[in-house]
Amino acid sequence: MLRKLLIGTALASGLAFAAHAEDVKEVQMLHWWTSGGEAAALNVLKGDLAKEGYAWKDVPVAGGGGDAAMTALKAMVAAGNYPTASQMLGYTVLDYAAAGVMGDLTETAKKEGWDKSVPAALQKFSVYEGKWVAAPVNVHSVNWLWINKAVMDKIGGTEPKTFDDFVALLDKAKAAGVIPLALGGQNWQEATMFDSVVLSTGGPEFYKKAFNDLDDASLKSDTMKKSFDNLAKLVTYVDPNFSGRDWNLATAMVIKGDALVQVMGDWAKGEFHAAKKTPGTDFLCYRFPGTDGSVIYNSDMFGMFNVPDDRKAAQVALATATLSKSFQSAFNVVKGSVPARTDVPDTDFDACGKKGIADLKAANDGGTLFGSLAQGYGAPPAVANAYKDVVSKFVHGQIKTSDEAVTELVKAIDDAK
Amino acid sequence: MSTVATSQIKLTPERHRASVRSRLQDALPKIVLAPSFAITIVFVYGFILWTIYLSFTNSKTFPSYVITGSRAYQRLWGWTFDTDPPSSWYTSITNMGIFGFLYIAICLALGLFLAILLDQKIRGEGVLRPIYLYPMALSFIVTGVAWKWFLDPGLGLEQTLHQWGWTSFHFDWIKNKDFVIYTVVIAGVWQASGFIMAMFLAGLRGIDGEIMKAAQIDGATTFQLYRRIVIPLLRPIFLSAFIVLAHLAIKSYDLVVALTSGGPGGSAWLPSNFMYEYTFKRNEMAVGSASAVIMLMTIVAIIVPYLYSELREKPR
Repeated sequence: MLRKLLIGTALASGLAFAAHAEDVKEVQMLHWWTSGGEAAALNVLKGDLAKEGYAWKDVPVAGGGGDAAMTALKAMVAAGNYPTASQMLGYTVLDYAAAGVMGDLTETAKKEGWDKSVPAALQKFSVYEGKWVAAPVNVHSVNWLWINKAVMDKIGGTEPKTFDDFVALLDKAKAAGVIPLALGGQNWQEATMFDSVVLSTGGPEFYKKAFNDLDDASLKSDTMKKSFDNLAKLVTYVDPNFSGRDWNLATAMVIKGDALVQVMGDWAKGEFHAAKKTPGTDFLCYRFPGTDGSVIYNSDMFGMFNVPDDRKAAQVALATATLSKSFQSAFNVVKGSVPARTDVPDTDFDACGKKGIADLKAANDGGTLFGSLAQGYGAPPAVANAYKDVVSKFVHGQIKTSDEAVTELVKAIDDAK
Repeated sequence: MSTVATSQIKLTPERHRASVRSRLQDALPKIVLAPSFAITIVFVYGFILWTIYLSFTNSKTFPSYVITGSRAYQRLWGWTFDTDPPSSWYTSITNMGIFGFLYIAICLALGLFLAILLDQKIRGEGVLRPIYLYPMALSFIVTGVAWKWFLDPGLGLEQTLHQWGWTSFHFDWIKNKDFVIYTVVIAGVWQASGFIMAMFLAGLRGIDGEIMKAAQIDGATTFQLYRRIVIPLLRPIFLSAFIVLAHLAIKSYDLVVALTSGGPGGSAWLPSNFMYEYTFKRNEMAVGSASAVIMLMTIVAIIVPYLYSELREKPR
């Protein structure tokens, strides 16, 4: 019995050793892209790596979702067991880089010319103290309107160019008996919409000062009060049942024609695609009125960890494949976002994607590419969540006036800083 | 007699062996318990101490081990009095009060009532009991999602009644910032009251029939019988049920998430939601730890005196 046990242990450890030696040809990846479209998009990358002889291994995350993945990542890093790379968002990358656990991809970045092709605003998060620590996968942009074309034709609406146009359009929909604005009453959705409202009300300079630099004077200015007034105006156009609704259900309302428009990031396009809808004929994508020319972005990144030397080759292969033009195009066509480098041809993208790519390039050149505060690209998570609290409490009535909202916003952000 | 003699000669080594064995036997329970004891010490009490330590640091995303004072507690203390507009912490603790009180009170009352009804020697008790008990077998997530659909004005009860023609019916608590916490109470009570009923039923079965008969002979009404005899005799069951419910109430996290995803503007948060939100989503580990410590202290302040008074009376 004992001998059997010993032999068994020896065999098992032998196998473990063998597996360990093969680690070099394997990419361990922590991510939460599990839904149909996302998984399909990721398969492109798996295929690219397989061609170079690297196996793909998902790090399992119980419960799914970004929060669970980040908790799992914290535990792995604390135990010194780094994955090759992990899907990460904004300030998380910088937090981990500050903790000294990220790898260094500067050599690869130089060779591949990432410095020139990746927008400077994104490099703020993928480069830490001069070292490349993450490979951006895509750029999402938040200031979009998604409109059901059939409803739009029925009410005889045209593209709204200003906030007042937008309100007039919503009034038309209301008069026609359609829910004008599809909104999910969860704090991040409300705050995501408010990002666009602030950019529209105050303009690019104001947005940057208030939501990226967290300038006190801008946060308590009359422009911010006006923004809250405008938000309150928009909230009068939602259906009474909006509270707590998931974003994709709100998108479904637009797809089905129950509602006219949703203000949401371009991941909403994935839902339209899944429902076999085409831009231009079934649905319309416009920039949020008064924000044309500026882009509020967030971006998915693959954070690269400081793995042992025998796993570095796999990491470089992963990073190179991630930022290759072919993958950037193939992935983002499926995901609904736009490529994280500005030199990818837009031939495979639909009309909305083409506009997104052109807008990103223009915003990058013109200095009007800003991080979304609601999506965690404007300020660290503590501040971003304090912001979401205030916006959500304003929408749901715990905060009653825009004066009070501005006071609370300044207080909450100062407290979280 | 000869056997006695021989055994006496062999006695010394045997007694030695026997004493080793008996010592081993004495120690066996301790040896068996040792691993779980060690695990409890480290993973429960060790981490309680660690959390207390972290609450006095400035830990953000990752634990930091430099003591920086009680800023986390000062912030929580400040938030405790932020009532208009309510801070997330103020909302969490008031919700805990409302939810904890109603959940425990209604579960106890309803559980006792159902148990008394089921105890009337009715037919089909064996079928009815599991029906009431079954919700306890569901996870909070399932309960939460099912009630979320049921209470959603656009999908569930309200919509159905509108379709049946009662169009003035209005029930949107789950979408209302002032009432959403009561929907958590409803779902929680639905899940736990059957289990509490089973506990009371077991207690009722344990009451000596002679006492009941004696009381009836003395002319006690049914109400007096339950009020003066049965309920006082069920006191230990009340204690157990209270402990079970209190800890279920305090650790309720998943129910709030599944049922309300935090409620409109975060109005359904409980302290456990606050703790998770601050520790893992907002990267304010020190504040999260401080709120966890306050939760622990609150439980200790309630449970310990109660346990103490209940357990002291036993030996009498």
